[in-house]
Amino acid sequence: MNTQTENTTTSAAPAAATRIRYATPAVAIYEDADGYTVEAEMPGVAKDGVQVTVENGELAFTGAKTPRPEGTCLYGEVARTDYRRVFDLDPSVDAEHVTARMDQGVLVLRLPKAQDKKPRRIAVSD
Amino acid sequence: MTLIRFKPDPAHVTPAAAPADLLRDFMNLHFPFFPQERAGMNTWSPALDVHDHKDAFTVTLEAAGLKKDDFEISYHDGALSVAGERKEDTDVTERNYFRRERLFGRFARSVSLPAEVKADQITASYKDGVLTVTLPKAEEAKPKNIEVSVK
Repeated sequence: MNTQTENTTTSAAPAAATRIRYATPAVAIYEDADGYTVEAEMPGVAKDGVQVTVENGELAFTGAKTPRPEGTCLYGEVARTDYRRVFDLDPSVDAEHVTARMDQGVLVLRLPKAQDKKPRRIAVSD
Repeated sequence: MTLIRFKPDPAHVTPAAAPADLLRDFMNLHFPFFPQERAGMNTWSPALDVHDHKDAFTVTLEAAGLKKDDFEISYHDGALSVAGERKEDTDVTERNYFRRERLFGRFARSVSLPAEVKADQITASYKDGVLTVTLPKAEEAKPKNIEVSVK
């Protein structure tokens, strides 16, 4: 099954021209009977900083980091780069009904399967 | 300033390029019965920053997907310690995963502050997956302006 194969060369990316560097968020992707769930860790991104697009069978999301409080940095490990990641969508995903929410820096995407693509139990007649 | 323990944040490593991930994906695909959780493989360590302000220090720690009560924060002998646990959703069974890059479990980080702070006035907040601990400086540690008198 080719769902959500990684795709780094995307035609839809406006970033390609300006060569912005992005951090790759860690994801968990899992499937159930009704669809797929994608969780992406993007700490430091507020709800307003998230952009999710579904286009040409591609799921893309970016997260803009909210600026840190002012002050002199004594020690720093936290990256300042925004997040971005792109996946190819399985044709069974109903792109019209993709939902997204942010939960403490974790973007949770729900990708429901289209009704006619779900496995269906067929009764055997005599 | 002393810093205890450093590990790069796994969120900033391109997962597809990490050999350990490739190996794990391969093993998952062909040998699903092989034990996956080897010691040290599933530990994580959130990235942290220390900032110096005029009246306080702030320690920010990137730890997405926890609850407020999952953090244990303590200050002792000039060092701030933050520990916690990220719990995995137990409804999802192993075989349903397509990709599993997120790390779960306990973490502990500790950092020494370069000056005295008011231990009883330390506050912490958790927003957008970032824990911010504010440590107000003790009076003697605050910067002072010294007037130069001209004779």
